[in-house]
Amino acid sequence: MSHEFLQVLWFILIAILWVGFYFLEGFDFGVGMLLPFLGKKDMERRAIINAIGATWDGNEVWLLTAGGATFAAFPQWYATMFSGFYLALFLLLVALIIRGIAFEYRSKDANPKWRTTFDWMIAVGSFLAALLLGVAFANLAEGVPINAKMMFTGNLFTLLNPYGLIGGLTTVSVFLLHGANFLGLKLEGELRERVNEFAKKLYFAAIALSLILLVTTYIFTDIYAHLGLNPGIIPVAGLAALFVSGYFINRRHEGWAFIMVAVNIVFTLITFFMILFPRVMISSTDPSYSLTIYNASASAYTLSVMSIVASIFVPIVLIYQGWTYYMFRKRIATKKKSLVY
Amino acid sequence: MDPLILSRWQFALTTVYHFLFVPLTLGLGWFVAFMQTRYYQTRDETFHKMAKFWGKLFLINFAIGVVTGIVQEFQFGMNWSEYSRFVGDIFGAPLAIEALLAFFMESTFLGIWIFGEGKVPERVHLAAIWLVAIGSNLSALWILLANGWMQHPVGYVIDPTTGHPMLNDFFALATNPKGWLFFAHTLVAGLAMASFLILGVSAYHIARKRSLEVFKRSFQMAAIVGLVAAVLVIIDGDSQGKYVYETQPMKMASIEALWNTEQPASFSVLTIGDLSGKKEVWALTVPDITSLLACNNFSCAVQGVYAIQAQYQQKYGPGDYIPLMVFVYWGFRLMVGVGFLMALLAILFLFAMRKDITKAKWMKWVPWVIVLPYVATTSGWIVTEMGRQPWIVQGLLKVQDAVSPNLTTVDLLISLIGYLLVYGALIVADFYLMKKYAILGPDAAMQESVDAAPAVIGAQD
Repeated sequence: MSHEFLQVLWFILIAILWVGFYFLEGFDFGVGMLLPFLGKKDMERRAIINAIGATWDGNEVWLLTAGGATFAAFPQWYATMFSGFYLALFLLLVALIIRGIAFEYRSKDANPKWRTTFDWMIAVGSFLAALLLGVAFANLAEGVPINAKMMFTGNLFTLLNPYGLIGGLTTVSVFLLHGANFLGLKLEGELRERVNEFAKKLYFAAIALSLILLVTTYIFTDIYAHLGLNPGIIPVAGLAALFVSGYFINRRHEGWAFIMVAVNIVFTLITFFMILFPRVMISSTDPSYSLTIYNASASAYTLSVMSIVASIFVPIVLIYQGWTYYMFRKRIATKKKSLVY
Repeated sequence: MDPLILSRWQFALTTVYHFLFVPLTLGLGWFVAFMQTRYYQTRDETFHKMAKFWGKLFLINFAIGVVTGIVQEFQFGMNWSEYSRFVGDIFGAPLAIEALLAFFMESTFLGIWIFGEGKVPERVHLAAIWLVAIGSNLSALWILLANGWMQHPVGYVIDPTTGHPMLNDFFALATNPKGWLFFAHTLVAGLAMASFLILGVSAYHIARKRSLEVFKRSFQMAAIVGLVAAVLVIIDGDSQGKYVYETQPMKMASIEALWNTEQPASFSVLTIGDLSGKKEVWALTVPDITSLLACNNFSCAVQGVYAIQAQYQQKYGPGDYIPLMVFVYWGFRLMVGVGFLMALLAILFLFAMRKDITKAKWMKWVPWVIVLPYVATTSGWIVTEMGRQPWIVQGLLKVQDAVSPNLTTVDLLISLIGYLLVYGALIVADFYLMKKYAILGPDAAMQESVDAAPAVIGAQD
């Protein structure tokens, strides 16, 4: 296999890891943000957490694998992005830490203050993580100041520009809707009714922000030069799926509503990687300073080794993770006896 | 303040902190898996209670190891971007493999283990805890192979244009003796730590005559495993010493504060005064023992710091190649001293069990032994990591050339203070819960449903 083929292959593989992460952890973040607003009683909150309890940690590993794979396949990308987005990633880490620990610790003490504190840590951590990921990805599409030595020359406020913030808020709103749809599939009784009402409202926020993102993407990124006015079927289908989800949400076809928003997330992410390709970090200082899959990658030998490892273990992981969802497919009742922690 | 110094402090603090939780996860997982297997085979309710009780403590500890582990993976790129660029062709591979092989396995099956009881078939539930234990230890293997490569780079050639090492033999990386010696040491150290936690907590209850059947059996199991693990830690540590002598002679000389080459080299047990080699006040030494530690005989020459410093200056250019000796020298003595003390205590506990340990007056002091493995593992890593300074990759890249050049002092102060606050709060919560559930005993752990701890906000249902 030629080096160039491997570089393209690994770009696609990393894209798949991020798509998987956004799809899976997207609803976890949504569920986390909804937790204190949707669950009024302790038992309800426990039921909401249990909807993702067995699987959120496995979903988060998609992020770690994306990070590790980026290091292995495109070390220059990993080095520039992680050092460049330093404070944003620090905040992301804090968000993931407080959220992760709160899932495990919130029910281990009966003090209501203890529980409320951890519930809000879940909500704030999920919100902050979703927002920061959106900001980071929007900036990647828009381009950030990078000099000839592949070094990021901005700071945290460089990232907090209008398009970055629109990316962040859109991600938050779509994840909220995704989470609400997921809970619609997992909960029952009064909570299920309540979350369906939430979904109807969240739908409009997601639509509005996604349209703003669409327009601003043509203003702030080079999508027009890169992909043309008609960007192809994938972005269009992605947005269309979000619109269609409204129909299913109103009709209470929870499964289809979930699938449509999932399609929106997956296709939007694919569009993002289409805007990037073959670049991995666009330099706003000078396009020729951009990192690409060609100047940022590991050697052909390392990519070959990693390809062999990935081709064996990715299918295994997909099988047992998929099987976990099958195992825990039942709806969760808000009853004491059935709720473990 | 210099961003380099702050980045070093941050890496040291977050890594030492992470490793306070990791060994217990590594060791206790095997115990819980074994206990649950015995319950599955025998239907003996005591084993069931043991698995549930120690499983609870396992989970509380596990959570912090997981969340602080994310920081570990990110901070190579965040704080050490030049390192990441330099070793990118090599170091990323074991990290990615760790995530793919180990992180997915441990987190997915831990979810099944926590939430699957009574929902999945019992055999699946049992398999889940074994896969968690295997997964977490696999994770240790791959990160230690990555660390082993930094201490003893293998399987690479230097790219003539960039000067960066390029992987040319993945098999060499995966079989690096350095990494495997680390792994063996860590695996048994984890078992030793878990054993001493079990010994300590069990003793607390035995001294109070509570849940005796659970805690006597736990105590016995942990005393046996603890002894075996402590002995294996010592044997593997000795093998490591010989490999350090071959691959990192400066670390070996610093461990001994051996300034001048000696043949045969004596072992310094204690030194009063300073370690500069110039005004030693009093040192207790045993002849020939350092030669034994380094090369398995009583007569070989062990190179001193001055000789190696001169060699390195010739080979790598001018500079200071001597680690901070006070940490390396005393860290080693602390680790070894505590390690032997643990082996000795395990023997004493085994002897004591020939009589009725519930009558032993000293039982109430035994909980303090929990501290020992934490001291040993922490000081051990300090020796390993400070002993290779100034190198981040032995012989190839220095720490000072590895730091991210774009970071400012303000960036680092924000993150360092932020980590201190968050990690500080975490350890308080962790300690509170560990203590609470350790003292509550097995009956509380058997109650898995939420109504074991009714919350006031949900009191009406």
